[in-house]
Formats: sequence, C-alpha cells, structure tokens
Amino acid sequence: MQVSGEQGLAPNQPKKREPTTVATNATNTSDNAVGTQRVKRGMAEQLKNGVIMDVVTPEQAKIAEDAGAVAVMALERVPADIRKDGGVARMSDPDMIDGIVEAVSIPVMAKVRIGHFVEAQVLESLGVDFIDESEVLTPADEAYHIDKWAFTVPFVCGATNLGEALRRIAEGAAMIRSKGEAGTGNVVEATRHMRSINGEIKRLGTLDEPELFGAAKELRAPYEIVKEVAQLGKLPVPLFSAGGVATPADAALMRQLGAQSVFVGSGIFKSGDPAKRADAIVQATLHYEDPAVIARVSRGLGEAMVGINLDDLSDSQRYAGRGW
Amino acid sequence: MTARPTIGVLALQGDVAEHVHVLEGLGTGTAKVLSADHLDTVDALVIPGGESTTMSKLAVRYGLMDALRKRVVDGMPVYGTCAGMIMLADRVLGGTADQETVGGIDMTVRRNAFGRQTESFETGVRIDGIGQDPFDAVFIRAPWVEAVGPQVSVLGRVPGPDEAGRIVAVRQGGLMATSFHPELTGDARIHRLFVDIVKGHA
Repeated sequence: MQVSGEQGLAPNQPKKREPTTVATNATNTSDNAVGTQRVKRGMAEQLKNGVIMDVVTPEQAKIAEDAGAVAVMALERVPADIRKDGGVARMSDPDMIDGIVEAVSIPVMAKVRIGHFVEAQVLESLGVDFIDESEVLTPADEAYHIDKWAFTVPFVCGATNLGEALRRIAEGAAMIRSKGEAGTGNVVEATRHMRSINGEIKRLGTLDEPELFGAAKELRAPYEIVKEVAQLGKLPVPLFSAGGVATPADAALMRQLGAQSVFVGSGIFKSGDPAKRADAIVQATLHYEDPAVIARVSRGLGEAMVGINLDDLSDSQRYAGRGW
Repeated sequence: MTARPTIGVLALQGDVAEHVHVLEGLGTGTAKVLSADHLDTVDALVIPGGESTTMSKLAVRYGLMDALRKRVVDGMPVYGTCAGMIMLADRVLGGTADQETVGGIDMTVRRNAFGRQTESFETGVRIDGIGQDPFDAVFIRAPWVEAVGPQVSVLGRVPGPDEAGRIVAVRQGGLMATSFHPELTGDARIHRLFVDIVKGHA
C-alpha cells in the first residue's frame, strides 16, 4: 500500500520509473518486484538491535565491522569535523564510497543533503544499501524533501517530533531516526526527540476518530498514517536514535527510551580507543536492560569525545532545525 | 515434545520481534535468546534475518556458538531465515574470512547471492508442505543455496539460469531454512510448518 499525501515533495523531481519490475541477474523471470515498500521497510527491520557507525575511510569501516557494527555510514567528515571546519557539507566522493563498499561485507549507507535528489540518484547508482537524507549536511532545498518513493534504495530521515517523522514516512522514508544534535557528543537533544516522538505516539492511542482528524491537522501529516500509528502504537517503520550518542550508557539510554537501535557518529572515531568503544557500544545496545553488562563494558574505554554544551551553540549551529 | 513448546528467537541482532509476533499468533511459548543460559530454556529456535557476519561474530564473542552447535547436534529443531539460513549452513560462500556458522544442514549457501539492497525483491514462490498457493517471499540482500547433500529436501525454488532454478527453501530433519523473510508478510504458513515439525507432526 503506497501512502497518500505527497505534499511537500519536489514538483520537478522525476517520477518513479513504473512499473518497479526488473529481472535480477540471478533469475530469468521478470516478475520480481524491487524497491517495494515491503522490501525497503524489510531492509530497515533487519538492521534492528544493531549499531550503525559513521566512518570516513575503508580502514575505519573495517574497524567498525570487526567490532560488530551491523552497517556503516560512509561520509566525508564526521559531524564533529563538519562543525569545526564549517563550509558546505555535501555527499561524499564516489571513490571514497566505492572504497568503503569494497572494504566491508556489511551494508553501506551514505548521506545526501536534504532535498538533493540528484545526490541520491548518484548514491543509488553506486549501489549503496541505504540513503540518509541528513540534516548534518548543508540542505540543498529549503522547501522540499526528496520524493523517496521514486527510488529503489530505501531512505532513513531524521525527526525531532512525531509530525516530522510522519511527513518523512509519507514521502517514502523506510526508517526514522531521532535527529539529536550530531557532532556534539551530547545526548540531550536525542533524548528530547525520542521522548517527544514516543510521547506523541502514546497520546494518539488515547484519541477517538474525530480527534484523530484533529491530530492529523496538528501534526501536519496524512490522516491515514496518523490512524495507522494510533492503531499500531508505534511507527510503521523502525525508529532508531542518532545525534550525540558517545558512550555505552548513552546507547542503552536510547534503547530504554524506545529506540530500536542507534547510529553512532563522531562518538567512536573521535574517541581515544575507537575499536574498544565500538565494541562496548555494540554490547550495551544489545544488553541495554542489563546494568551489569553496561558497567563492565564501560570500564577502561579511554577518553570519550569532548562534548559540546548545547547552550554554547547558536541557532545557526544547530542541525536539528534543518528540515521541517 | 510438550503440546505448547517454547520456541526461542536468537536475539543478537535482526528482526526478532516480527518472529516472536508470528509465533505468539500460532500459540507457542516464545523467548528471546541472548545467552547460552537462555538457550537451555527453549525447545526449539528461530534464527532471524539480520546481518549474518554480525550475528556470527556476536555469537562467538558471547559464547553462544558452541552452545548452539551442541543443541543442533542433540536434535533441537531450528528454523533460519536469510541470515539464519547462512547460520545453519555447513558451508558458506561469499562470507568473511573469519565467519563461523552453527551448521547442521548439509548445504552450500552463497551469501548476498541475489545482490545488494537495490536488487532486493519480492516474488511468489511455491513451497512444499504449505499448500498450493504461492508464498509472497521477500528477499533482502538474500542468500541462495548452491548445493545440497542427499539428506536435504528442497522445499522451494525461484527461477534461475537453468531449468532447476535457485534453491531458496530447504529442510533436513528438524532443521529448516529459507532465503526469504516470512515474518515480514503476515502469512504464517511457513512458521506453522515449523511449529508442526517442532511438535513432531510434520
């Protein structure tokens, strides 16, 4: 079932190649449907309980894979460096992405700028497994997000609240992550966003039909998806957390707040001992309800990334406000 | 076997909740298996989809691999989907150098054989033992079976380069594996077949 409600999609973006039916290399039939909602969301489901780690080189990708990452996010600079260096942050160099795809056997994700559907077309042609339409990069369109239904590859998008999450799902996102505040090593915004999304989902469950119409209006999201969320008691796609996770305890906090898993950006490779910290965060994500395990893996990790107090950031330095 | 067996789901990574949901719908007891201790409490096991390399690594690291092998040798029924199929294979192609499996099914499985995510697909597949209607099978970065030993029954195939097609569903005694993900479709027929195997009815 394709969800209705395409408001907010770029009018000039090419429409999906119809039908979504191609022969794969492996079969000689033409009735294999690729890029369906179920295939995209199904991919997102497979990543649950696993940790997705930001990497900028093939060597880092190997370290992440060896530590037990379920996927890597290939990007040119980790968010902490984007923050430090300033300037426009864009999709990575295709050579770098190819290098990372070659280096590991786990799925590879990569980021595109909000609204930059050509960067997304490029990444899809490179064969990445998942695209992150990310506020960490400099937005390319201030009015429209990418029409994600038009792609075979699945997308993950950030959200600060339920309305934003549902608008992204209406545009075709197969996974939602909290935005948090990337590159700060400060988990407070991720906490705020997880509590907001899950709090609003709980509230929807208490509403009757007329109230759900009102809620859809308030959330600025299609009624069909609002109703589906009210019935399911959760999003129709996996909900992960991102943006400021730096320690094993941070990862477990996000899980206990309802995230099905976590993205870790600068937190690993900006720390003293990336391999050890990566392993510790994998274990804490898995055993998030077991404080004894979290305590054990938190010992002797060396220096965590230096965090940033959110009060020290001006509005223009906050990435979570990008997108809407 | 008890009338209401407890079927565990290996919970190291992947779509664990979806399997638990289908099994609950079929009236079995369920449990998430994260450690060798948990494994002792279950009558049978589902190994879900996810990343087989990650799952294998964590199973070794957390001391579960040997416990799993022992239970399989002792005859515990196990059903593996996608990554779980790889975990049940005696031989794996296209994995990482250090990738270990539980093994138990005399087959050679090729990891990610159908390609990366942009080549993932769904299609109808006829499966032996669940009736004539094709099963709507969702293949995600899926493996296929390249070769099987004499003890293995092939339950389903998709069209391939020759008439025989590609093997995507197999059974050997109490062990069953599919390349695809029945837990994502709302069609419980394959899980029901496994529950019947667990109860000794199939």
